Formats: sequence, structure tokens, C-alpha cells
Amino acid sequence: MESILSPSDLGAITLTLKLASVTTLLLLLIGTPIAWWLARTTSLWRGPVSALVALPLVLPPTVLGFYLLVSLGPNGPLGQLTQALGLGLLPFTFAGLVVGSVLYSMPFVIQPLQNAFSVIGEGPLEAAATLRASPLDRFFTVVLPLARPGFLTAIILGFAHTVGEFGVVLMIGGNIPDETRVISVQIYDHVEALEYTQAHWLSAGMLLFSFLVLLLLYSFNPAKPPR
Amino acid sequence: MKILKHLPFLLLLPTLFGQPIRLLADDIQVAVAANFSAPMELIATEFEKATSHRALLTFGSTGKFYTQIQHGAPFEILLAADARTPEKLVAEGAALADSRFTYAIGRLVLWSLNPDLVDAQGAILAEGGFKHLAIASPRLAPYGAAAIETLTRLGLLEMVRSRFVQGENISQTYQFVASGNAELGFVAKSQVYTAGKLNKGSGWLVPAELHNPIRQDAVLLNRGKDNPAAASLMKYLTSDSARAVIEAYGYALPPVSPR
Amino acid sequence: MNQSNTNAVHARLQVTRPEFSLDVDLQLPGRGISALFGVSGSGKSSCLRAMAGLDQVAKGYLNVNGEIWRDDSRGVNVPTHRRALGYVFQEANLFAHLDVRRNLDYGQRRVPRTDRKVSLEHAIELLGIASLLPRRPETLSGGERQRVAIARALATSPRLLLMDEPLAALDYQRKAEILPYLRRLHDELDIPIIYVSHSAEEVAQLADHLVVLEKGRVVVSGPLTETLARLDLPMHLGEDTGVVLEGRVAERDAEWGLARIALPAGDLWVRDSGEALGLQVRVRILARDISLSLAAHSDSSILNILPAMVEQIVGEAHPAQVLVRLNTGGVPLVARVTRRSVATLRLQPGLKVWAQIKAVALVG
Repeated sequence: MESILSPSDLGAITLTLKLASVTTLLLLLIGTPIAWWLARTTSLWRGPVSALVALPLVLPPTVLGFYLLVSLGPNGPLGQLTQALGLGLLPFTFAGLVVGSVLYSMPFVIQPLQNAFSVIGEGPLEAAATLRASPLDRFFTVVLPLARPGFLTAIILGFAHTVGEFGVVLMIGGNIPDETRVISVQIYDHVEALEYTQAHWLSAGMLLFSFLVLLLLYSFNPAKPPR
Repeated sequence: MKILKHLPFLLLLPTLFGQPIRLLADDIQVAVAANFSAPMELIATEFEKATSHRALLTFGSTGKFYTQIQHGAPFEILLAADARTPEKLVAEGAALADSRFTYAIGRLVLWSLNPDLVDAQGAILAEGGFKHLAIASPRLAPYGAAAIETLTRLGLLEMVRSRFVQGENISQTYQFVASGNAELGFVAKSQVYTAGKLNKGSGWLVPAELHNPIRQDAVLLNRGKDNPAAASLMKYLTSDSARAVIEAYGYALPPVSPR
Repeated sequence: MNQSNTNAVHARLQVTRPEFSLDVDLQLPGRGISALFGVSGSGKSSCLRAMAGLDQVAKGYLNVNGEIWRDDSRGVNVPTHRRALGYVFQEANLFAHLDVRRNLDYGQRRVPRTDRKVSLEHAIELLGIASLLPRRPETLSGGERQRVAIARALATSPRLLLMDEPLAALDYQRKAEILPYLRRLHDELDIPIIYVSHSAEEVAQLADHLVVLEKGRVVVSGPLTETLARLDLPMHLGEDTGVVLEGRVAERDAEWGLARIALPAGDLWVRDSGEALGLQVRVRILARDISLSLAAHSDSSILNILPAMVEQIVGEAHPAQVLVRLNTGGVPLVARVTRRSVATLRLQPGLKVWAQIKAVALVG
């Protein structure tokens, strides 16, 4: 009981929430069109793109992090690109963590969306077309509301997975306070330094917070009564 | 009679539950700090040639080994990355007090991939022509603590602190610098030196008196106290051939032989 | 040509898919119900989807009462959402996230105010769904869902109503529940309705114009009564072969529970099912329910016996049977008799006979 959360713990919490929110938002923006395309295309590229999206499920996070560190570095292809674009180098920056998290949590957002889009099928969309709705109109007034459970799942999984992310952050973060030191790294630090009390506090806090967020989301999305 | 057919399988069963049976009395389970993996593999090979005992090596972080040993991991010897952990295991009665000795001393190098960045005196630190300085986490890694001591001694700590990027351990710190993301960093000599020469880039071998010695201690764990082969390996680590390997990999050696 | 285009539907459509091709050229009336009839796989749904622009059409021309929706020669291909059509799907395809009222609003809100000819209230009244407005689609029965779907399509004031087997997914009870509403549409809407069905009974009840499709090609297209009486069609109607006639309820006989339907050719007595005197009705007479005799028998249990003249005799798939087309005062009938009877009675075109009608179905 002697130590509740230190300022550095609080900083890590704020940073983590910021990272998870930004990542989830970006993933929704990027993931929705990709998931939509994957759910409906008959193109030969469907297989390769699906596999690419699912890769982070298979790759150990530290491996993904290592590749990112190297390719985003000054000698890596992505690093040269970001420098040429005037963005500078991304490792050891918040933006770099966002890039890593977006890649790492991609399947957790795209797959639920893709499933939700597939379940909707052609029927309601064709009906909307015959009711004068343009393609964009159909997407916003039919697809989005019908895919709501999928979006909720995607948000929950994307957010939770980013909060729990560790390996990628460890590799490209550099553990800079208020920039790249997120909760999971902080907990790892505490455990490695055998500071179990602080680790427990932080873990318990994270657990409780995650539970509350999930509870909130699930209560807004009650199970539908059977038909 | 039927059971005989299954005998090979039955013999394997215990290994499935994490308790290897000692089929040969001369196997030794050794936990080795990750930074010492390359020299230890060589030493183990030579040790087997010399004694026909086999050292089964597991590489990892010293902190994790500590937790695992506390919870009954079957290691017989620990080659730690620090002196603190073996000391603690001894104090907790998990290791034999009189077995502890320093098998290697780490040397710190300020290193950069850029061949022109780091001068022979490390003046770059004061000049400050860099954005990121990689160090190992001072709380977790002895090399990190030594880097902080060095900077404190040089009076530069406050000046460069804002440019720190921290690796959880010394290998991650090395990756930060080796990938070019950090212009320079404090790494282990064993990571950047081969046969007494810097592999690439530029470096400053930090004088040993600028920080406390980075002592890596070995200790015989309770599990190994009745295994003569384990004692034999402990002794072999102080042999001339082992010391030659350790030195060749960029570590310093303790001045006097223990025991 | 242009003159007639403003009061007709002209559709020339070619759809090519790996397993199937559709190639039709249809001239359909500018109002009333045209039925696209055929077995499954004949291309009737594809034809409808092509008209709506839901499927890729390789080559096409579509003119709906003067409005051009597709014309390759002028590079016109109006996307579905800009075609003023209503489409009723086999599955109602209601929006699960909206209640009935908002399902109805969905289409109408997207139609410019000046183009709204059918009010929401009228569509609701026409389909009898006022009590369903606050309900969610998943709480509706199949028949209710289909009525909402039809009202939703009507509320967009379509200039062409396309219905793709709207009753196919429903059981007999639900079908019976909806048919009266469909007949009301027929009577009250001044737009062409194209109705896809594989049920001869539905066609007999609803259609004014009949198109029979087979393997993606038009076998026959023409006014219902006339077309059904043609014998030169490989129509595969089988047991459903027969004619549909229009008449008027002329008398109701309470003592025997019968109603007299006046046709141009004479009267038919049918079971009285409560239709008002003077009402326009349709009766359907199947070929298998007509037998022929050379003299009028009064000692028979058969109520309806009409004088007729043999017009044409055509053999059927089975060598024992033939179809005989009769003319009763300008109205065609089709009878199925055996070849032996043809020989015994010496039936031939021009012969005067009596058509004994064993069963008459009042279909609407």
C-alpha cells in the first residue's frame, strides 16, 4: 500500500490511452475500406491481401518490432521515405508507435469488420439502390448501421490490443517518458526490476480499466432477441 | 509384456511435464545471461571435449532466470549478467554462497555506426551533435547503470538525459544503434569488438575507472550441488582456455582466480 | 415508333454469364401487369435485374414510357439509384435497423418533392399496413414484410414496378393474404408492373400480358387471354394448360350458393364466394376440365355447357392426347381430349360442338 501510482506511472497511463485512441481511430479509417473491399471483391488479390493483413497474428511482436526498427531507421526504405517526405525518423516517437500499433492491431479491426460486411450481403444494398440511394448513401445509411456490432467489436479489439501491446513498442519506442513509455513497458520495467508492488498496482488498474471499457461497450450493444 | 512396447514412451513421459530425467549423470542445466551466449557456447563445446560432460545451455534475461529459479526451475548453474542477482539467490538460500565468483567483467563502449562520429575521447558527448543517445535501462541492466555512472562522472548526465532512448537490455540497446535510429549509444564491448578491434563504425572504450566494474557472477544453484559435473563446469570457467575465450569476446577478467 | 414508345416498355437486353445467357427483346404494355413466366433458370429474374440495372448488361436498350434508362447507341446507362423504379424482392429485404415507418420513409425521402405522386399515406392504406408502422421488421410475419416492401417501393412513386416472385417465399395462407393487395395495385396504379412468377395460378390471377421465357429467350409474348389459348407453344404448362376469361358477376343465387358470371360467350355458374354484383372478375378454365360432345346433354351433372366451334387441333407430348382450341362467341377455350375421341367424334376445324366445363375457378 505504500505506493499508489507514481507520476511516471500516470504518464504511462495517459500515453497509453492516447496511443490506443489514435490507433483505433486510424484503424477504423484505414480498415473500413480495406475490410469492405475484402468482403466483396472477387479479385485474385483478395487472398494475398487477406494474408498480409493477418500476418501480425502470426509474427511475434518483437519480430515485427525489429523489422519496423530496421525499415523505419535512417538506412531502411521506410525511413528514407519518411525523411524524404520531411517527416523525419519515426522510431522513438509517438508517431512511430502509432505506425507500429496500426500494423500490429490491423487484423483485430479488419477481420470483425470484414465479417460484419459479409453478413450483410447484397440484399439490403440492392434494395437501397432501388430506393434511390447512391453508393455512398447506401454505405452510410445501410452498411454502417447494419455493421454496428462489427464496428463495436473492432473498436474493442483494436483498442484493447493496442493497450496490451508490448513487443512492438519495446522495439521501436526507446522507453521515453511521455513519448513512448506506455503502461505495458512500465509494468515490464517494474517486474524486471522486481518492483512487484508497483507492477501489481499498474496491472490491477489496467485490468479494471479494460474491464470497465468492455463492460460499457457490451452494455451498449446488448444481444439481440432471437427472431 | 505389453508394457515393454510402451517403455520408450513411458521414459519420455516425465520430460513432457518439465522434469527431464537425468539419463546420463553428466548433463548440466545452465542458465546463461543473453550477452554471454556466444562465448559460452564455445566454452561448453570445449568443456564437453575435455570432460565429456554436457552443458545444456538456456539463454535469457537474468531477471527472468531469477524469478524462474525462485519458482523451481531446474537450473544447476546461473551465469548472470550482474553480481546482484547471484548475491540475492545466495542470501535467499537458493544458491551456494562459496560457489559465487566473477567469471567476466563487462566493458562499456560509446559506439556509433557512423565511422566519424565518436572520437577516441568521447568528446562528442559534450559537443552534443546527436539526437538520440541509446543506453540500456539503468534499473534493469548493469550496462545501463554503468552508463549513468559514467555520464555522472563526466558531469554530462543532465545535459544528455533528454536525448536518452532506453533499451530493456543491452542487446536491444545495440539494435537501436546498429539500425542507425540512435546516432550513438553505450553498448557492451563484447557486442562491437572482435579480436581486440572495433568491427565497424566509431567507438570510445570507456575507461574502466569511470564506472563501477560491470561484474558478471556465476553461482552454483541448490539443484546442482550434488552434481559433480556442475562443480566441474564451474571450475572450468576459471581455466586458462575458458578465460582466453572470454577475453577474446571483449570481456575483462577478474584479477585473481577465485577459490 | 417514337409515338408508341411513350406508352410502352421496350426492353432489349443481353446478359452474358459463363453458365447462362439472356437475350430478349420485349414490347410490354405501358400499364397493367406483365408476367414473366418460366421455370427456374429460364432467365426471368435475370431479365428483371437487368431492367433494374442491378446486374451487368452487355448490350441493352430500355425505354419505359418514353424514359430512356439504357441506350448503347447513345451511351446511356442510368445507374439503378437514378432509375425511377420500384423493386420488390423475393425476400422482402427490409432494413433490419429501421422500423416499418422509417423503412417506408427511406425511399420516399430520396425522391424530389415534385416527383412524389404516391403519398406515404396512400401506400400505407393500399397495402393495409397502418398498424405495423412502429414495428421492427424481425417482428413481422412473412406476408406483412412483403406488404411493407411493396409499400416501400410504391412510396418512391415509381414509373415502373418490378416484382421478383414476391409471393414465392410465402405459404398458401400468406399468399392469399397478399393477392388482394396486388389486385388493388393493378386496378389503382397507372404504371407498368412487371411480375416474375413460376406459378401459373398467380399469373392467371394477376397478369394482363404474358411473357414466357425459356433458357434466356422469349418463347411468346402477348395479351394473357390470347396467349394462353395459343396451341403452338411449347409452353410446358402441363396440367396448368387452360384459359383465363374476364367476366362480370351477373346474378347470385342464394338457394344453391351459386353466382352467374356473364361472359361475352355466355354464362358460367360458379361457387358463390361473396363477390358483389356487377364486379369484374376473372375465371380460369383448365383444358383438362373441358370435355366435348356433339349434342347438348341435359341429363348431365355438369352445370356449364357452352356452344363452341373447333378452331384447331394440336397433338401433345403424349401420343394419346391432343389440345383442341374452341371459339365460343369470339372467346377462346382450350380443351384436352384423347386422340381416340377426336376420331370417334370426327372432330375437325369448323365443327360445332358443346363444351362441357367440369370446373371453373374464380381467380379474381
